[in-house]
Amino acid sequence: MRHALRLRVGPASFRIGSEWRRPLEALRQLYAGYPEPDGACEFTVRLEAQRIWRRWLRPAVMIAGDFVLPDAAPLPLAQGLLAAEMGMNLQMALGQRRFLLLHAASLERDGRAILMTGESGAGKSTLAALLGERGWRFMGDEFALLDLDEALLHPFPRAVSLKNRAIELFADVDAARLGPVLTGTPKGTIRHLRPQSEAVARMDEPAPPALILFPRFGADLEPATRLVGPAEAFMRLTQASTNYVALGERGFEALTRLVATVPARAIDYRNLEEAEILIARLWGGA
Amino acid sequence: MAAGRYRSDPPSDRRSVELEGLTIVYHRRSGLTHILAPPAPQILEALADAPASAAEIAARIGERFEINSDDPEAAIATRLAELEAAGLVHRG
Repeated sequence: MRHALRLRVGPASFRIGSEWRRPLEALRQLYAGYPEPDGACEFTVRLEAQRIWRRWLRPAVMIAGDFVLPDAAPLPLAQGLLAAEMGMNLQMALGQRRFLLLHAASLERDGRAILMTGESGAGKSTLAALLGERGWRFMGDEFALLDLDEALLHPFPRAVSLKNRAIELFADVDAARLGPVLTGTPKGTIRHLRPQSEAVARMDEPAPPALILFPRFGADLEPATRLVGPAEAFMRLTQASTNYVALGERGFEALTRLVATVPARAIDYRNLEEAEILIARLWGGA
Repeated sequence: MAAGRYRSDPPSDRRSVELEGLTIVYHRRSGLTHILAPPAPQILEALADAPASAAEIAARIGERFEINSDDPEAAIATRLAELEAAGLVHRG
């Protein structure tokens, strides 16, 4: 690889290699202030030409790395940033063995963490990014890392990918924290947001989870909260985990301990203001 | 109705956690996790020491629990079929 970037996000270290300079420059800018890994990198992401001649005719970025999914389609070179993000996600999802990985957002306040998970479109990513601007410490919007031995969540505060209408909600943040606008991606228009500097500076500080939240977004929903029992929470979280099965009994122990000790709620909300109010109310009682 | 005698893997093959009336079972042999509602966990318990038929299991469970069914043996047999499909009990 002609160009390379080494990056640590929480406990995971990545080496991103690229045949092109531009995606790495964008990544370097987006991840300004993130530490370099101390030793060898756990995960490797390579952005390379699908075939060598395509680099000259119509460059496309292949996501190659320790793991490759067959449906990871080649993307235009300008979207190398997105390709690197997808590569990092894939490698975390498939290769992480030290934590129970939950497809969830997490935030910390007063030394305790909230864990939010929901189906795609539930709005957890936007909600997490928003709360991260409003007094919560952003620990991650994509993966929450549950410790296998202790009741702790470890931060994985990578850049948030804001999608479509969520982009305008963050128009006021320091422009240096925003990446380029990526149009025409499979998920529409995307713009990355670097978490606040406190979230980056404290990426090695885990927090005990105090509330599990299953948010659901819908314009027609009545705002509501409901209790989720531990068995249902367990079932939903196994579905939200990318490596529960691979971890075997250690994953079982970690997850049953989590749901047995931390209360869970589902919330329905129509807009972010409503969600924020509901969460503040629940947090007060958690 | 399912006939014959049923046996389960030894209890040491399972790790169970009770959550809110349901039992989450990690089956070490298969690596699979099952969420069981009563009387399935009680059936596994009844099979811990020795194989048994559906009628014997119903009797063993009946010693400790009240079974709300007109035909406990049939109810147990249905659950046994599910447990068999899940790989937690075996026949013969």
